[in-house]
Amino acid sequence: MSSFFSQEIPISWYLLLSAVLFSLGVAGFLIKRNLITVFMSIELMLNAVNLSFVTFAHQWHAVKGQIFVLFVMVVAAAEAAVGLAIIIAVFRARATLAVDRIDLMKL
Amino acid sequence: MNGSLHLWLIPLLPFAGFLFNGILGRRLPKWLVTTVALLAPLAAFGVVLNATWVLFTIGPTLGSLPYVETCPLPWISIGALHVDFSFVLDQLSLVMLLVVTGVGFLIHVYSVGYMHDDEGYARYFSFLNLFLFFMTLLVLAGNALLMFVGWEGVGLASYLLIGFYFQKKSAADAGKKAFIVNRIGDFGFLIGMFLLLANFGTLTFTEIAAKLAANPGWQGGILTVIALCLLLGAAGKSAQLPLYIWLPDAMEGPTPVSALIHAATMVTAGVYMIARTHVLFDHSPFALGTVAVVGAATALFAATIGLVQNDIKRVLAYSTISQLGYMFLGCGVAAYSAAIFHLVTHAFFKALLFLAAGSVIHAIGGEQDLRKMGGLWKKLPVTFAVTTVGVLAIAGFPPFAGFFSKDAILYAAFMQGAGGKALWFVGLVTALLTSFYMFRLWYLAFLGKPRSKEAHPHSTPWSMLGPLLILGLLSICGGWIGIERSAGWINMERFSGFLAPALGARAAESGSAHLELILSIFAVAVALVGWFVADLLYRQRPARPAQLAAAYPDSYKLLANKYYVDEFYGATVVKPLLVLSTYLLGWVVDKALLGGAAWLLGGIATFAGALLQRWQSGNLRSYAAWLAAGAAAVLLFVVVPWSAFLANFGIHLNMAGH
Repeated sequence: MSSFFSQEIPISWYLLLSAVLFSLGVAGFLIKRNLITVFMSIELMLNAVNLSFVTFAHQWHAVKGQIFVLFVMVVAAAEAAVGLAIIIAVFRARATLAVDRIDLMKL
Repeated sequence: MNGSLHLWLIPLLPFAGFLFNGILGRRLPKWLVTTVALLAPLAAFGVVLNATWVLFTIGPTLGSLPYVETCPLPWISIGALHVDFSFVLDQLSLVMLLVVTGVGFLIHVYSVGYMHDDEGYARYFSFLNLFLFFMTLLVLAGNALLMFVGWEGVGLASYLLIGFYFQKKSAADAGKKAFIVNRIGDFGFLIGMFLLLANFGTLTFTEIAAKLAANPGWQGGILTVIALCLLLGAAGKSAQLPLYIWLPDAMEGPTPVSALIHAATMVTAGVYMIARTHVLFDHSPFALGTVAVVGAATALFAATIGLVQNDIKRVLAYSTISQLGYMFLGCGVAAYSAAIFHLVTHAFFKALLFLAAGSVIHAIGGEQDLRKMGGLWKKLPVTFAVTTVGVLAIAGFPPFAGFFSKDAILYAAFMQGAGGKALWFVGLVTALLTSFYMFRLWYLAFLGKPRSKEAHPHSTPWSMLGPLLILGLLSICGGWIGIERSAGWINMERFSGFLAPALGARAAESGSAHLELILSIFAVAVALVGWFVADLLYRQRPARPAQLAAAYPDSYKLLANKYYVDEFYGATVVKPLLVLSTYLLGWVVDKALLGGAAWLLGGIATFAGALLQRWQSGNLRSYAAWLAAGAAAVLLFVVVPWSAFLANFGIHLNMAGH
């Protein structure tokens, strides 16, 4: 038992998970119509990056990566506040959250 | 020379007046505009008088002429070409300056009365001052290029003043016509100048004269070409055949302008230019003969047209062309001093006649048609008196000014062999015609019964009468400078002797006082005949002129329509140019080639923009997709070992460090 848990999980697994999460985020960003879902996809991409940061920090025994993760979380929190405010404002003005219909910049 | 004569002040004072009135005049009170406008030419005249006085009394005097004033800064200095701002005062330019500034000042004074309630009062005087600036520049210029600046400048001032009433289409058109016809002449002047530069290496008149004096055997050839080019320029400016057509139309300008620019000063610039460059003509008998023939032909041609004109100013305009022809005739027989003499007296009596005509027009409310005048002598006694003086002067009765100068030219022509005799005869016929049409004008305007009821002559202000009286006096006495003091009968000795250092002494004459007396009697007799015929037709039998016109309808129509020269030029020059401009230049070159190229360039940009704008869809998800695609491309570039892949094909990327 202990041998199983004491065994190191290969780093590639972490990176693979990170890549899968990131790709899911990109796919969600591109495919989903609802603005809130798009927003959540962005969060997913950010956290995928966070995971790879932590992984590399552990691998190289460097604390910098972990500090970066904290920065990313702070920025993501601030961004979430602003982003949700914008989404609410858009919904009030347009009565929809479908990305395809929020296209005032269209020529 | 004791001290400076300050020649540079002569052009610059009117220029200052031009700037002052041109920039500020509209916002200033009228008295200030008038003061500045009159002070500028008066001060310039004062400088000229001072120079004359210094030359005749104090300094080492006339023998030291020409007196040169050169600006210390060079104007143009390119390789061998070296041109200075240099002013030259010699006997010739002194005489011209006295006339230009003196008569110019009188006409300024006259204009104060004539233009008093015109809206463009300040504009008018600024243009008039500008004209004096360029005219004095032209006269004082020590080289051909500076003269050309003045030459073009007086053309500009003339254009501005002919088109002074620019709201009137005919006036604006007349201005354009004068300007464009003068361009043809200026083309000749320019080519002449280029040839001078190529053959003499200098444009300074004194240096050209010196080079010619050093090579007395140099005759004809390129000198003839240069002289003919200069003659073309002079013919344009001085309204000679075939370029005279602008001058009659120039009468659209205000009458004092016609007096100053189109009678007394500017149109004589061509005569002055020939006199100034006379050394070239002296070395080319062919060019000289051409000048004489052009002059005689113009004199006769214009006089015949003048016979039947009904507009008082047009009669005077054709008479001006005719008299300028006399001056050219004088130049053409190498009697330059006689030509300049006639230039001076003509400036007096023709300015007088124009100003008197202006006074008549002013008094009867703008009417210019001789047929609607008549009987004005009672209402305008002073104008009548001075006009009489002017008419007697131009007709050539002694002791009035025109008699002496016209005789001098005719005598000089007569002395030039058989061809000269023919020229003399043409001049004599012209004198007959001149006398006739001037007395015709005199009878129609002043004598007989008033033919128009609306005319209510109002009095003429003193600012107009004063110049008339002074010019009247000059028209009587102006010719006396030509009388030799010692000799009992007229000849040109005194005036021509004065001009001789600048114009060269005339070849010894084989003529005698007797011959000259006989010729003078001929001229006066001819003038009397002209008067008699005019008296017969316009006083004794006023119905006869109409009957004559009806009896010879073809000749009358030919003259009344000015030989259809305008129509001829219109059909042969203007029309083809218009067609060329409209169709070839306008449609093919401008619209098709230039417009097409512009349209093509614009079209390409628009089309490319229309394609590219589809990229900017405004759709958030398409932007995101492009972003993702870009990121994927970068990833692909980084991850795939391209250099190894390309190396298979023999391509080596230039990596850093290699």
